[in-house]
Amino acid sequence: MPTGSPWSVERGEEIICTHKHLAGAALPILHALQREFGFIHREAIPLVARALNLSRAEVYGIVSFYHDFREIPPGRHVLRLCRAEACQSMGADALAERVRERLQVNWHETSADGRVTLEPVFCLGLCACAPAAMLDGRVIGGLDQTRLLALLDEARR
Amino acid sequence: MSLIHEIDYGTPASKSERQVTLTIDGFAVTVPEGTSIMRAAMALGIKVPKLCAYDMVEAFGSCRLCLVEIEGRAGTPASCTTPVAEGIKVTTQNQRLGRIRRNIMELYISDHPLDCLTCAANGNCELQDMAGAVGLREVRYGYAGENHLGAEKDTSNPYFTFDPTKCIICSRCVRACEEVQGTFALTIDGRGFASHIAAGMDEGFLASECVSCGACVQACPTATLIEKSVIEQGQPEHSVVTTCAYCGVGCSFKAEMKGDQVIRMVPWKDGKANHGHSCVKGRFAWGYANHPDRILKPMVRDKITDPWREVSWDEAIARVASKFKRIQRQYGKGAIGGITSSRCTNEETFLVQKLVRAVFGNNNVDTCARVCHSPTGYGLSRTFGTSAGTQDFDSVEDADVIVVVGANPTDAHPVFASRMKKRLRQGAKLIVIDPRRTDLVRSPHIEAQHHLPLLPGTNVAMLNALAHTIVTEGLTDDAYIRERCDLDAYAAWEAFIRRPENSPETVAGYTRVPAEQIRAAARLYATGGSAAIYYGPGVTEHSQGTTAVMGMAHLAMITGNIGKRGAGVNPLRGQNNVQGSCDMGSFPHELSGYRHLSDAATREMFERDWGVSLDPEPGLRIGNMLDAALDGSYRGIYIQGEDILQSDPDTQHVAAGLAAMECVVVQDLFLNETARYAHVFLPGSTFLEKDGTFINAERRIGMVRKVMQPRSGLADWEITLAIAKAMGFAMHYEHPAQIMDEVARLTPTFAGASYEKLARQSVQWPVNDQAPDGTPIMHVGSFVRGKGNFYITEYVPTDEKTGPRFPLLLTTGRILSQYNVGAQTRRTDNIV
Repeated sequence: MPTGSPWSVERGEEIICTHKHLAGAALPILHALQREFGFIHREAIPLVARALNLSRAEVYGIVSFYHDFREIPPGRHVLRLCRAEACQSMGADALAERVRERLQVNWHETSADGRVTLEPVFCLGLCACAPAAMLDGRVIGGLDQTRLLALLDEARR
Repeated sequence: MSLIHEIDYGTPASKSERQVTLTIDGFAVTVPEGTSIMRAAMALGIKVPKLCAYDMVEAFGSCRLCLVEIEGRAGTPASCTTPVAEGIKVTTQNQRLGRIRRNIMELYISDHPLDCLTCAANGNCELQDMAGAVGLREVRYGYAGENHLGAEKDTSNPYFTFDPTKCIICSRCVRACEEVQGTFALTIDGRGFASHIAAGMDEGFLASECVSCGACVQACPTATLIEKSVIEQGQPEHSVVTTCAYCGVGCSFKAEMKGDQVIRMVPWKDGKANHGHSCVKGRFAWGYANHPDRILKPMVRDKITDPWREVSWDEAIARVASKFKRIQRQYGKGAIGGITSSRCTNEETFLVQKLVRAVFGNNNVDTCARVCHSPTGYGLSRTFGTSAGTQDFDSVEDADVIVVVGANPTDAHPVFASRMKKRLRQGAKLIVIDPRRTDLVRSPHIEAQHHLPLLPGTNVAMLNALAHTIVTEGLTDDAYIRERCDLDAYAAWEAFIRRPENSPETVAGYTRVPAEQIRAAARLYATGGSAAIYYGPGVTEHSQGTTAVMGMAHLAMITGNIGKRGAGVNPLRGQNNVQGSCDMGSFPHELSGYRHLSDAATREMFERDWGVSLDPEPGLRIGNMLDAALDGSYRGIYIQGEDILQSDPDTQHVAAGLAAMECVVVQDLFLNETARYAHVFLPGSTFLEKDGTFINAERRIGMVRKVMQPRSGLADWEITLAIAKAMGFAMHYEHPAQIMDEVARLTPTFAGASYEKLARQSVQWPVNDQAPDGTPIMHVGSFVRGKGNFYITEYVPTDEKTGPRFPLLLTTGRILSQYNVGAQTRRTDNIV
């Protein structure tokens, strides 16, 4: 789920503690934090750094490297539209334009009502049923304008 | 004199002993296995164009400018990341490679400001050089595309700026921070086109983990990271290699100059102590030299309540001489004395003790080591035979186990700490014995296997418990002990150390460190391979300091850890020349080279050379001078470059002693606290204003070179000469080199030292006929004193106890940005 529980240092520490024994623990910890809180709170970075004996810069570098890690809270729903070649060739750009218009957002932004965050994704592996998208972790293929807007309306209700 | 351009070989040297021969552009070259093609080409004098490679850090292969062709291999591999191989034929220049390189430069320049003429790096910019090298003539991509030219500059650090518009994301700064400094404060934020360098969590350099060591600034090939002084004043035009005047690491620096103005201090890659690295103090905190607080005219006053009056040098010196002579007439020869300075050069220190012994006619000379490492001098000379550390700094690269006792090198000896941390990241084990949780205990990528946080004042108990464990668990190196040590002394000590009061279980009661932890640390030290001990004032600035030093010497001897690389017992000396000031005979009982005054042959040697007779009786130590002042028998003191009122224990006693004197002469850069009790103030000179030598913690004699005239008109050594002359004893030196010649003439361990030799390369004493190039590691084969000696190191609990009225136990320490009493660093931007 993209939206998570409110950030808490204590809960963050707990999550870090349960994962820090893993080999290459930084990514599993960051994923777990994002699962819990919906994003990686800035205060979590020094906590992860301390637990893994890394510098703040190193952990921040990891977070900023992966588009998947969010540094600000997302809306209640996250819509990822595929912008890779196959989807583009099947009209994904026009679809994206419609969505941005409807939500009045740019890429990586959340609609004013806080309901939907729009993110680009480069290939969901659904090229055979392009254009494709992912809504709150659920993949959807064979999109057209009507279906997509219906999905959006459902999400905004 | 011209600007020194150090050669950048592109990648670090390989340490392999196997040689590989290859051909580059038709020329055969033989280099160690593991060398990069780029570095092998440099050995032939062929520079392959490059941007992201830099020989202080490992190759990275990101800029793609250094591509080459290898016969029979596909593609164009990067010469920085491709190691040499036997028999390969490499081409570094042809039309195809030229085209690729020019295209890459076009891409770089399409997102780079075209302001070369007004850029601070103009004349010293690798990007500019590479544009020239590849023959860039146009940028086909234009400049109108998306770019980073609007990015905001970070000026938060007081000494350098970060201008992301000029950044080419080569990562040299990030890698230097990680590999050279070991702080890991920088990262690449984002990816692809959005990538940019970030400090910490993109929080600005000052707020981040950055420690302002300057490694990133030095690594930057453009004006992205550049000294503010260069932005303000322009590029320097000549360099002078000199030695830093802060801590006992003794880093070599290039003072980069414009006329007599220092533009910047840049660590010198050929410096044997620092190999091109620096810390915030040496690199940036030299601004005190031009601080308005500097006193530049001699001053006198009749009473310490009178205002100061500026006078000529002649008048000030005449006053010192007449007052000192009158005091001696009235109260006796021993009523005056002097204190040498560990900030000043060897030559200056030697002169002050010569003034006291030859002109004052007594031995009332002492130095600040009295309150720091005099236990080192005594403890190590009794056990090993030499009053100094056993290793060179390079030795740490071979240590398997590192023990740090009562020292905080990341703050106090940062450049050595970086080298130590590099070794620890390679896998060496670490034991920290310190009440404080220092950075070494745990900081990014470093973690001590054992931290023994003992109660202050229990060092001896702890060291005894470690030795007890090693002896009783049969972990001693018996063959080494049999061959190298005095067996009677060892037997007596062994019987003592086996006693139950030295067991970890008993000692745990004093130290409050669990016995099992002590035992585990002892086992690691004894069985972990080459083990090196490094220690600081946490050992020596305590009662039983000497006993603790002996305790460490014992540990090293019983485990065979003396006389080889990667081992040893090493004091991290606090000040730039505290080793040297001790070596030069600053103690009341010793002549230069630690020879006791009672030795008639040594005394006669000095008497003949100086044409005087020497008092065979040791003189007063600092504390005794102050005691004697209070009882009226000691009335005058000449203090060179030391602020005893701030730095010595029992301030009230120091103040009372000074106040009781009739003539206190303070020679310093600033009107320090001690000068509140002075009758004459003689303005001293900084290390930038004179020639001389400093000796660092590894016994290395490094050249200090004058880059500007003394601002007060006289260098410190000239002031001492003037006092001697005014008191009727002419010393004839035209240059400090002649003073070093005299030291060499009179001191067997310095017999081979001369400015001619030192100008070629720094050397570590002993330097003499047996060791003309100096002695990096001591006690190889046998101890200087013959057999290694043992002393009974009984623990005596301190009587300084906490209670309801005095609930705190305080201990000493240093912080990174400041140095000693702060006379220098508080007058720099280090106070930010």
